Amino acid sequence: MTKLIELSDVVEKIPNGASLMIGGFLAVGAPLRLISEIERQGKRDLTIIVNDTNRAGKGVGKLIAAKAVRKVIASHVGTNSDTQKQLLAGEIEVELVPQGTLAERMRAGGVGLGGFLTPTGVGTLVEEGKPVIEVDGRSYLLEKPLRADFALVSAAQADHRGNLVYALTARNFNPLMAMAADTVIAEPHLIVPVGCLPPDSVVTPGAVVDYLVAREPHHG
Amino acid sequence: MDEKMIIASRVARELKSGMLVNLGIGLPTLVAQLLPDDLAVDFQSENGLIGLEPLPFEGLADDDLIDAGGRLVSASAGAAAFDSAMSFGLIRGGHMDVTVLGGLEVDENGHLANWMVPGKMVPGMGGAMDLVAGAKRVIVAMTHTAKGAPKVVPTCTLPITSSRRIDLVVTEMAVIEPTDEGLVLRETAPGVSVADVLAATSARLVVPETVGVMPI
Repeated sequence: MTKLIELSDVVEKIPNGASLMIGGFLAVGAPLRLISEIERQGKRDLTIIVNDTNRAGKGVGKLIAAKAVRKVIASHVGTNSDTQKQLLAGEIEVELVPQGTLAERMRAGGVGLGGFLTPTGVGTLVEEGKPVIEVDGRSYLLEKPLRADFALVSAAQADHRGNLVYALTARNFNPLMAMAADTVIAEPHLIVPVGCLPPDSVVTPGAVVDYLVAREPHHG
Repeated sequence: MDEKMIIASRVARELKSGMLVNLGIGLPTLVAQLLPDDLAVDFQSENGLIGLEPLPFEGLADDDLIDAGGRLVSASAGAAAFDSAMSFGLIRGGHMDVTVLGGLEVDENGHLANWMVPGKMVPGMGGAMDLVAGAKRVIVAMTHTAKGAPKVVPTCTLPITSSRRIDLVVTEMAVIEPTDEGLVLRETAPGVSVADVLAATSARLVVPETVGVMPI
């Protein structure tokens, strides 16, 4: 049985106000077709959980430019002038999370942990409102798990069971997000028959993937 | 040599063969270009790679391979790719020998501020807070002043990146080491006097009997 679905059909399942984890580091490893379709369907009031908001009007930056986003949880928003403008004007809520903490909060959310202790952020603005716990004489912040309604991930290859393989730095947050959302939508560059992916090369098991976005038809 | 090249070439001397090194975006990335050919350093990029190299030729770029600043790069033979949790496991877990980061301010406690200017510029910390918290050695590579204003200050006025004391500050004028006794002036750049450095610094500097000349 395939998990294949048309791009527009799968995006119609995302309601306004949903929280979305969207893979990618800048535009590398970002599900660019899903992002464009969310913009085209005019979704509103989204919370996006991303490493960054890419560049103005590009990739996930399209959702910022379209004012489709109410809240951003990210480690870095300095490369997108739209995010900076909306942030300084108070039009968008931005929660900045250290990149390693962001990754680990997703990991905790995906693997059933109630949080973790990290030295990152102790004694900085990041500490505000968080318990500081001492272990063997060193101080750590208690950071809580992070989950979302949907994860939109990009992969180099998938088979029809949803097993995912990633390429180089396009892996980034994608495998973590694929574990940490109620519904997981993958946008692979290539979909191969079941049995073509060596089990040892699979990074995200198909068991956690709900939908595979069909490739665009190519003519000629 | 312009000021950025002076800083980068002095920082390059801090790296040794066999080290795992993370270079921050901007000025620190210049360091990689200034290493002697016989020095085998592994560069880590927080977006998920050990074995970062510059592109050998135009046209060889792979769309799936960038550094943390978004530049298309290459992976060396023997490179390793991994996800963001593993990448920051390497950083926080004490596996990173050196990180070189840019800075907005460094103060007498050795605290670094480099991630936001409240009300003006809020780019975010990216990986900087994890790098300062977790790398074995943190080197700050920055210009000595910004528009004439000292960046080595008594107490950071900007939000700090970590409560950890950083290990070395390299500017185009001086090399400064934060210690228990305060900020120690270790070296001055060729043609720069101790008095010049003191005049461009608002923090109190400890000046030892001998201050070296920056080898660049």
